[in-house]
Amino acid sequence: MPGLLPIDTLLIVACAWLAIGAAGLVAPRNTRFIARTLFPLGALVGIVAGLVALGSLGSPAQTAVLAIGLPDLPFHLRLDNLSAVFVLLLGIVSAGISIYAAGYFRHPGQGGQGTAPGVLCVEYHLFLASMLMVLLADDAYAFMVAWETMALSSFFLVTTDHRHAAIRQAGYLYLLIAHVGAIAILLSFGVMTGGVGGSGDYTFAGMRAQELSPFWGSVAFLLALFGFGAKAGLLPVHVWLPEAHPAAPSPVSALMSGVMLKTAIYGLLRVSFDLVGMTLWWWGVVALAIGLLTALFGVFYATVQSDMKRLLAYSSIENIGLIAVGIGLTLIFHAYAMEALAALALTAVLYHCLAHAGFKSLLFLCTGSVLHATKERSLGKLGGLIGPMPWVAWLALAGVIAGAGLPPLSGFVSEWLLLQGFLFSPGLPHPWLNMVVPVAAAIVALVAALAGFAMVKFYGIIFLGQMREPALKDAHDAGPWERLGLVWLGGLTLLLGVLPGTIILRIDAATQQLLGKGLADRVAENGWWMLAPISPERASYEPLLFLAFIVATLLFGRWLVRRLYHGRVRRSPAWDCGYHFQGPRAQDTAEGFSQPIRRIFEPMFRMERHFPTLRDKEPYYSVKVEDHFWYWLYLPVARAAAWVSTLITHLQGGRIAVYLMYSFVTLILLLLVARP
Amino acid sequence: MNAVIPLSAQLINLFASVILLLAFAMLAQRRVLKLIDLFALQGFTLFLSTLVVAVKTGQSHLYYSAALTLTLKAFLLPWILHRLVRRLHVKGEVEPLINIPTTMLIGIALVMISFNVALPISELSSSIARGTLGIALAVVMLAFLMMITRRKAVTQVVGFLSMENGLFLAATSATYGMPMVVELGIALDVLVGVIILGVFFFQIRDQFDSLDIHHMERLKDN
Amino acid sequence: MTFSLSGFLGQLFAIVLALALAPLLTGWVNQCRAWLQNRGAPPLLQPYYMLHKLFHKDVVLAHGASSLFRAAPFVIFGCMVLACAIIPSLSTDLPFAPAADALALVGVFGLARVFIALAGMDIGTSFGTLGGRREMLVGFLAEPALLIVIFTVALIVQSTSVATIVETLAHRDFIIYPSLAFAGVAFTMVSLAENARVPVDNPATHLELTMIHEAMILEYSGRHLALIEWAASLKLYAYSCLGLALFFPWGIAERDNFLALLAAIPLLLLKLGIGGFLLALIETINAKMRIFRAPEFLGTAFLLAVLGMLVKLLLENRV
Repeated sequence: MPGLLPIDTLLIVACAWLAIGAAGLVAPRNTRFIARTLFPLGALVGIVAGLVALGSLGSPAQTAVLAIGLPDLPFHLRLDNLSAVFVLLLGIVSAGISIYAAGYFRHPGQGGQGTAPGVLCVEYHLFLASMLMVLLADDAYAFMVAWETMALSSFFLVTTDHRHAAIRQAGYLYLLIAHVGAIAILLSFGVMTGGVGGSGDYTFAGMRAQELSPFWGSVAFLLALFGFGAKAGLLPVHVWLPEAHPAAPSPVSALMSGVMLKTAIYGLLRVSFDLVGMTLWWWGVVALAIGLLTALFGVFYATVQSDMKRLLAYSSIENIGLIAVGIGLTLIFHAYAMEALAALALTAVLYHCLAHAGFKSLLFLCTGSVLHATKERSLGKLGGLIGPMPWVAWLALAGVIAGAGLPPLSGFVSEWLLLQGFLFSPGLPHPWLNMVVPVAAAIVALVAALAGFAMVKFYGIIFLGQMREPALKDAHDAGPWERLGLVWLGGLTLLLGVLPGTIILRIDAATQQLLGKGLADRVAENGWWMLAPISPERASYEPLLFLAFIVATLLFGRWLVRRLYHGRVRRSPAWDCGYHFQGPRAQDTAEGFSQPIRRIFEPMFRMERHFPTLRDKEPYYSVKVEDHFWYWLYLPVARAAAWVSTLITHLQGGRIAVYLMYSFVTLILLLLVARP
Repeated sequence: MNAVIPLSAQLINLFASVILLLAFAMLAQRRVLKLIDLFALQGFTLFLSTLVVAVKTGQSHLYYSAALTLTLKAFLLPWILHRLVRRLHVKGEVEPLINIPTTMLIGIALVMISFNVALPISELSSSIARGTLGIALAVVMLAFLMMITRRKAVTQVVGFLSMENGLFLAATSATYGMPMVVELGIALDVLVGVIILGVFFFQIRDQFDSLDIHHMERLKDN
Repeated sequence: MTFSLSGFLGQLFAIVLALALAPLLTGWVNQCRAWLQNRGAPPLLQPYYMLHKLFHKDVVLAHGASSLFRAAPFVIFGCMVLACAIIPSLSTDLPFAPAADALALVGVFGLARVFIALAGMDIGTSFGTLGGRREMLVGFLAEPALLIVIFTVALIVQSTSVATIVETLAHRDFIIYPSLAFAGVAFTMVSLAENARVPVDNPATHLELTMIHEAMILEYSGRHLALIEWAASLKLYAYSCLGLALFFPWGIAERDNFLALLAAIPLLLLKLGIGGFLLALIETINAKMRIFRAPEFLGTAFLLAVLGMLVKLLLENRV
């Protein structure tokens, strides 16, 4: 399409998604048409978006002004390198999810019970289009409209199965926190336009031009951190995440966890590196501290979950925490004008966004397949699914290895880059930062290792061992569409893992745009196969060689053993210690597997436990782990709100004359106060 | 950057770090007798570090204080404590009030705090071993922490003595030691203190049949 | 980066040497332990006989064993060979070394750990899951401790490449780094835990209350077990070489120095011999801990590593 600018193509993409969604309304109950035609089309559009974004990386920013919008306030759009990286993420990841969804929504159980498939199709594609518009928006109004559309469409997607009270509750909680966050973002934009006496220019260009005092700059940053943090799941506004993700259908969970959380990261990056126009070092410390707490909290709770989707949701919190740590580190380096190191940390942030989007969507989709095959999401009733579901199991293994931050897959690259960034923090020209910040690396290391624990639990309990319920024998593997989606995301995880050099060269444009410096030169110097952000003597990582070596040893070892000895195999029952009655229940339950964590870090959890006693007729053990924040923060706030509301009900007398008097008094007061 | 540090300073840094390491080991140690051994080892390391400072600076009074450290802290006091523990039949494990990993975490935080607090002071100091000031402060704080978190009276005495070690390290590292009179006075105080405490141990045990200081709570006026 | 022939041969030699020496090291440790415990010692070459015997035997697979169970021994073995290929034992001239720096090395060990834990869970016996859970419990504390030890060393050397660390530490003026004392203690504790040694695990036990490593591999037999045993030896060898590289790097040859390479072989044997004896000594004078003391032990290692880093930042950065 010659002559068509990337930004125009992306607008067409957004319209195409909307059109596909609208087409779903033509035959809202025709599951076959919607699943087999519309969702694959959506995936195709997603691939186009991704390719366009990939192509536009490195080129100068493009702007467009839409004729639509509020009266006299047209929507401004802009595609620069930062947006392009996230559009790339959106396009590529959503393509995989849409392909998967084509197979997923085929099942009658899902479409029949809750929302009609056609409506679901509208919501789903509206969600995609709104996320794209969030990334393209270049003024506060367009941004907020897209942001709210995104929140609303995802709310309806979360409450697809709205007949369950728990799911409705999860949806409302999500909506509430999304709105609190949106208010903070709006206020942040308001501060950045200069507030009272400012230019009042609501475009992002106007905000960039606005000079802010350090105080107002800090206010804007903190508001943005809170607002975007509420969407991303940073502490303490994370509580919606483990409720909403399990409630939603799996492709939606994948989309929310993989992509929507990243739009919040995009917003935070946009505000703190582009719009505010200054950086104070303590902003970085705040982001770093919140990120560390979030990561630790997320990973602790992930290890003790018994519901597979909740486990993944907490793992998302952990990953967002790590991203926030990276942003904090970038801000600190940036504040001291150590741009090369800031670029290293920012690359880690962007890379982790991509990596997490890939592997977490993959894992959520795998839970979707498991859910469909077994109708079961509690880890305690699964097990041994690698037998009937080899495709899902092996692809989930890729996601698990990436999620545990292990080489040679994607999660490791970003963690490696982040740790490399931390290695330079002792050089900070600040007498105690240079001592405290390196210690943060110790916590990052702990989080990464605990993530391994959570992932082994997730995988081992679902896919390995004996089946804990007899019904699991009838589980079937994912269908062809689902498989294609999973393979797509698995391939993405592998590519991000083994070709970090190539990918960093592409996304480096965003780093350069934000910091004026990037890693590209040094990465390009050492060849595409090697990742050496500083110099090969200092640190290097060649995942391709790494992978090739392990695979070669594996194959060569196998060949040699068979050649020199033999390849005979006999089957027999597992060793049962001479006790014949060992069944699947002798395995660890999900609770049993995480018992060490609950025991070691007992104060971290709010637990309700019931231990069986000798006299119990029907002995049972139960443990319920709850979030401290509910009791420390949310319930007090809720109680305060209820108290204030009861006070206000006193105003309600029921007589119209009294109501009119309220208005009258208010009017007089305002006239008196607002006198110039 | 590192190449300009003279060997003596390197040695002092090493010994100071070992003292800190031992302070942590004491914090993590559950057995009373091992605790006393660790304290003796700490005293010995302190002697070595003082000796290095003495050799380096050639100040004669430092030799005396090194000798004093050796006899008192590496041999005499541990020996007295050993005897006390045996005579009193203090058995088994030190019961910490807070569990040990948490204590260690608090310890790390204390180390960070004391390093930061000591930083501006050590900038002023001109001694060859000024970097150790932070470590000395950390040792004092860790000993303090040990006194707070342990139940048995014996461990509190060890904590008190370890605190004195930290102070001594600070004195040698920051100012090449205190004047001899002060040092002798402190040494005597410590010795007398331990002996008096030893007498008290017997009294406490006779009174309560235990050395758990929790029983002392009963002594308050009602 | 240049792939010189001599470098490639050196790399190959290092790998072959690791494969050959690793069982010998295990045999030596077992022998020393037997001596110290006043038992009759097994022959030094016992591990080789063992491997040979196991390779000959049929593999007996449990009915529920999946493909992951069969692949895991090879993956674990591959990881350990890679680790041995990266860590300089004789020479720092290793063409594979840039494939993974010290941080990635921790990742290699982590990958092997995840696979062995998953393999342990695969059959679905109570022992397997128990072992897997305990292994991950040990791992989640040992891994960050190891990472911080490496971090401390990397801060001194300003590099995370193991080859550069060795070159820098071995070939410049002797300086005492107090932080390395902390790091060394922490590293020793981590190595004990990672290699399933007393006081965290006991390689010679099959008592259900205590075993970790053995519980996971209980269902393995024949060539699979042989590979896992060999991988365990390689892990011990890799950890020993890593410890030597980080804390006693003297004698490891530099690039293009053939004579030094020849001298490095006996020196390596000597160092490994002493290390093995010390390991046996530690195992003899310590008792196995209760499993819930293990986190405390490793937590201490982790905190010591952090402390080492702090000391490095305080003492060695400013003066």
